[in-house]
Amino acid sequence: MREITYRQALNEALAEEMDRDPSVFLMGEDIAIYGGAYGVTAGLMQRFGEERVRDTAISEAAIIGAGLGAAITGLRPVVEIMYVDFMGICLEQVNNQVAKIRYMFGGKTRVPLVIRTEGGAGRTLGAHHSQSLEAWFLHIPGLKVVMPSTPADAKGLLKSAIREENPILFIEHKMLYNTKGPVPEGEYLVPIGRAEVKRPGRDVTIVAHSRMLLFALEAAERLAGEGIEAEVIDPRTLLPLDIETIAASVRRTHRAVLVEEGTRTGGTGAEIGLQIMEHCFDYLDAPIRRIAGADVPMPKSPVLEKLTIPDPDRIYREVRELLA
Amino acid sequence: MKKINKSEARFLLKQMMEIRKFEEAVMDLLARGIADGGSHLYAGEEAVAVGAMAAIRTDDYITSTHRGHGHAIAKGGSLPHLMAEILGKQTGVCKGKGGSLHLADVSQGNLGANGVVGGSLGIAAGAGLSIRLRATDQVVLCFFGDGATNTGLFHEALNMTGRWSLPVIFICENNLYGMSVSVERACAVTDLTQKAVPYRMPAECLDGMDVLAVREAVARRVAAARKGGGPAFLVANTYRYYGHSRSDPRVYRTREEEKNWKDRDCIEQFAARLVKAGILTQAEVDECDRETAAAIAAAVEFAIQSPDPAPEELYRDVYYEAEEGSIYA
Repeated sequence: MREITYRQALNEALAEEMDRDPSVFLMGEDIAIYGGAYGVTAGLMQRFGEERVRDTAISEAAIIGAGLGAAITGLRPVVEIMYVDFMGICLEQVNNQVAKIRYMFGGKTRVPLVIRTEGGAGRTLGAHHSQSLEAWFLHIPGLKVVMPSTPADAKGLLKSAIREENPILFIEHKMLYNTKGPVPEGEYLVPIGRAEVKRPGRDVTIVAHSRMLLFALEAAERLAGEGIEAEVIDPRTLLPLDIETIAASVRRTHRAVLVEEGTRTGGTGAEIGLQIMEHCFDYLDAPIRRIAGADVPMPKSPVLEKLTIPDPDRIYREVRELLA
Repeated sequence: MKKINKSEARFLLKQMMEIRKFEEAVMDLLARGIADGGSHLYAGEEAVAVGAMAAIRTDDYITSTHRGHGHAIAKGGSLPHLMAEILGKQTGVCKGKGGSLHLADVSQGNLGANGVVGGSLGIAAGAGLSIRLRATDQVVLCFFGDGATNTGLFHEALNMTGRWSLPVIFICENNLYGMSVSVERACAVTDLTQKAVPYRMPAECLDGMDVLAVREAVARRVAAARKGGGPAFLVANTYRYYGHSRSDPRVYRTREEEKNWKDRDCIEQFAARLVKAGILTQAEVDECDRETAAAIAAAVEFAIQSPDPAPEELYRDVYYEAEEGSIYA
């Protein structure tokens, strides 16, 4: 199978869905002429025109609000918020309007809106451009939160998100844009709301999303060299969470390690961990272990930044410790 | 008065009466403990919603506010089902999940009342963008209050709409107070039409107690917007008769000020003009009043008799779920 980057995969997904459905359009800061801060929308304005690929002013709240207004009046907008760190600027619109409008008005409307954004550390950009804030959004019923880790998932999930009738927060990772992986040539979708076992194993279940999935797979490879077979699961969608796939694995391995890049307190691990306990407490042979980002604002120093987020070595060591 | 015929006159008068009596009924239900929860009543401002809505088509959109009962009625919402929503009943326009603060029938093109001041301005811009991209000649009326003009999203949405020349008519219902803080105390510039100037749209002030003045101004702006003339900004000067909400003791305004506005009441003023011009007789005005009172009484009765939502409604409508098949099939 051909290999393309995560960035190209996303770009293909957007182009294919725009080709397929004239109601799909893109809007955001620097997405048209510039092609997106991380280049995901490169070439799309040239191909689809400025009406359907729109540069906006720096107006995050209006981008989300207008996306919603367009979504409930017959279009399928894909809007971009340049950094997940900026979601606070438009959180009111996401939380109160986008996620709740269907319920508040008795199910009389649908919200086929995709909010693309990206997060994560790795480029020493400091506290305002490096966060992993996905846990915030798990607290918003009505929203779906999707975080692809591989190019194939990125493409298939984005195409599904665009065809969904519910609002999707689609969080990419800045350190994944240049990663390459096999992506099928033809049309395919990856279902939203379904986790995937990325590596089968019998000794421990590692749950990791976004860039942490890659780190978890690296750690699992090293563990395998020492006879420890880790099963690595990517939830892919954090809300709603496919707890069944995760719980089924934990019932076989009896141990769970949860890896996330975001800060530890109130993080995704807290939620996933408790759901594992609710579903398979009797199967657990060891306490659930969380490996998460440090509870600090992201520091600039490359040395400190590395210490802030989990890495493959730390995952390897903690799993060893758990199984010792 | 020459621009209006008898049936139009009756329609406008009755709709203003419906809103007034609807709000009086809500106040009564609250006082009797039959209704509870928030309520921001539109009484006093009826000429704005009724005049504006008389200038648009049913396929046009509006966005509304926390003080949205009047917009919901004027945009074609059914009185019994709106009243049932106030009581949180299953038969309500939002199946009892919205209530006073979210009173809107989305299926009628009302894209929502809003619990957040200024929360719907982006939605209005987006509906305008949607009209542009779908190449129809619809328009959006975006209602908001004086308080909203100081929020960030107001400026973002006006900039977006002005820059893209979208068919949105912004209608500022200036009732002089954002809850208790007056325009003078809140705004650096108190002539609210000035707030549209940086965003490249024409602005004008109008008498929000005069239903025909509102209808005329909105109709003129709508006609221009349908032809690609872009957005406009209207400031309708008006007054809310009740406090901000039920618990408001109105310490920030005088009884004299309230009387001065009520002396110019939009319904009484309009009825008197119609009678004077010979368009309706006083007997016909009284008949409108009786018919409206009966319709509101029936709406209240329907709402009270309606069932509460079933428990299984709790989780319904959080997400859209396809009735048949899936996109992955």
